[in-house]
Amino acid sequence: MRAFDYAAPKSLKEAVALLDQRGDRARVLSGGTDLIVQVREKRRDLDLMVDVKRIPELLEIRYDATTGLTLGASVACNRIYEHPVVSRTYPGLVDAAFLIGGIQIQNRASLGGNLCNASPAADSIPALIVHRAVCVIAGPKGQRELPVEQFCVAPGRNALQTAELLVSFRIPSPPPRFGANYLRFIPRNEMDIAVVGCGVSLSLEDDLKTVAAARVSLGAVAPTPLLVAEAAAVLSSQPFSPEIVDKAAAAAQAAARPISDMRGTAEYRRHLVGVLTRRALLKAFERAQEVSHDR
Amino acid sequence: MTGKVRVSATINGEPADFLCEPRQSLLEVLRDELKMTGTKEGCNNGNCGACNVVFNGLLVNSCIVLAVEADGATVETIEGVMRPEGLHPLQTAFLENAALQCGICTPGFIVSAKALLEHKPKATEAEIRHWCAGNLCRCTGYDKIVRAILDAETRLEEAR
Repeated sequence: MRAFDYAAPKSLKEAVALLDQRGDRARVLSGGTDLIVQVREKRRDLDLMVDVKRIPELLEIRYDATTGLTLGASVACNRIYEHPVVSRTYPGLVDAAFLIGGIQIQNRASLGGNLCNASPAADSIPALIVHRAVCVIAGPKGQRELPVEQFCVAPGRNALQTAELLVSFRIPSPPPRFGANYLRFIPRNEMDIAVVGCGVSLSLEDDLKTVAAARVSLGAVAPTPLLVAEAAAVLSSQPFSPEIVDKAAAAAQAAARPISDMRGTAEYRRHLVGVLTRRALLKAFERAQEVSHDR
Repeated sequence: MTGKVRVSATINGEPADFLCEPRQSLLEVLRDELKMTGTKEGCNNGNCGACNVVFNGLLVNSCIVLAVEADGATVETIEGVMRPEGLHPLQTAFLENAALQCGICTPGFIVSAKALLEHKPKATEAEIRHWCAGNLCRCTGYDKIVRAILDAETRLEEAR
């Protein structure tokens, strides 16, 4: 690997100062599962890696039933699915965290890193979007917030400005009778990149049938992960039924703008969007009903 | 660029101080600087698991950990698996079930399986296969490896 400097600051202030000094020649190191490989394979050139895993805010998991979850950007996937409250409260995040790479990757890779890498096929991004996660970003001018669905701007490119870093996600506490699911299609059982990914969340009215609110998000079918407002609109205020599931799936298919590549043709991907949206909706609905039975 | 950095870690229970460049992976340092060549290099991009070590209690691919990250860390490698009285039951089970052919993936599989069994001593076949999805073997077809891990579970249970 080409030589570079390494720094492991212990505070956000120090990290921002380092990023500010080295500008675009510096890059944040979190789990390293993308970054180290990219540098080794000469797909990314840099002079400084800023390891943020010694900064407390980046490793924090804090849950409060009213304010919701603060999830540090560098928290590794295993800490998400092993966390008793988080794993119960944010099922879509758990689905995604449990299928990113193998165990070895899950013990290092973080949702913050997955998002900053900005792959159109990233598994955690549709899950973060359907859980309405908001990015907390620190930079030389202080902190700002940005919804996850606005964070990716092109394949491999994100909305961070020079010297900014992703600190954490602020994820609201789910409403009552809430369920979520993330599914991806790959041609094998494990360890592959999504041909299509689909995240869904929905909450139900008291009758446990009428959809109060929904979100549908797609991965690997556009230059950035998509939030499909049309699919949510179809579901909202309607009794959950096979007909509206089909309508939402059709809306998701219409919103997808897939390309053909080695993982599948555009036509195949569009077909998968329909299949996965239907399956994820059924699973999210089942979970929303289970949650309310528990209480 | 700054030159070499001093790193103090604990490897297999022993203090280990070494100098390394930031660009060196933990795998490179283990093999090339510390001469602990039990950990293997397979793909060198985080896919195959041949370089598995336990880092601060968690199974990782050492090819995608920087050696400088190990400052203050504990690292367990294949060299730390054998017990004073002899082979670890997993090692015996791999031998007796012929769970290896060329052997390159074996240290990674054993380190990975040991981490699984410490986490879940009675893992089912499905759980073993899921856990080992990040360990690739091009020789055995996996069946003998899975059988060896199941056998090791019994051996460890009997020894308890």
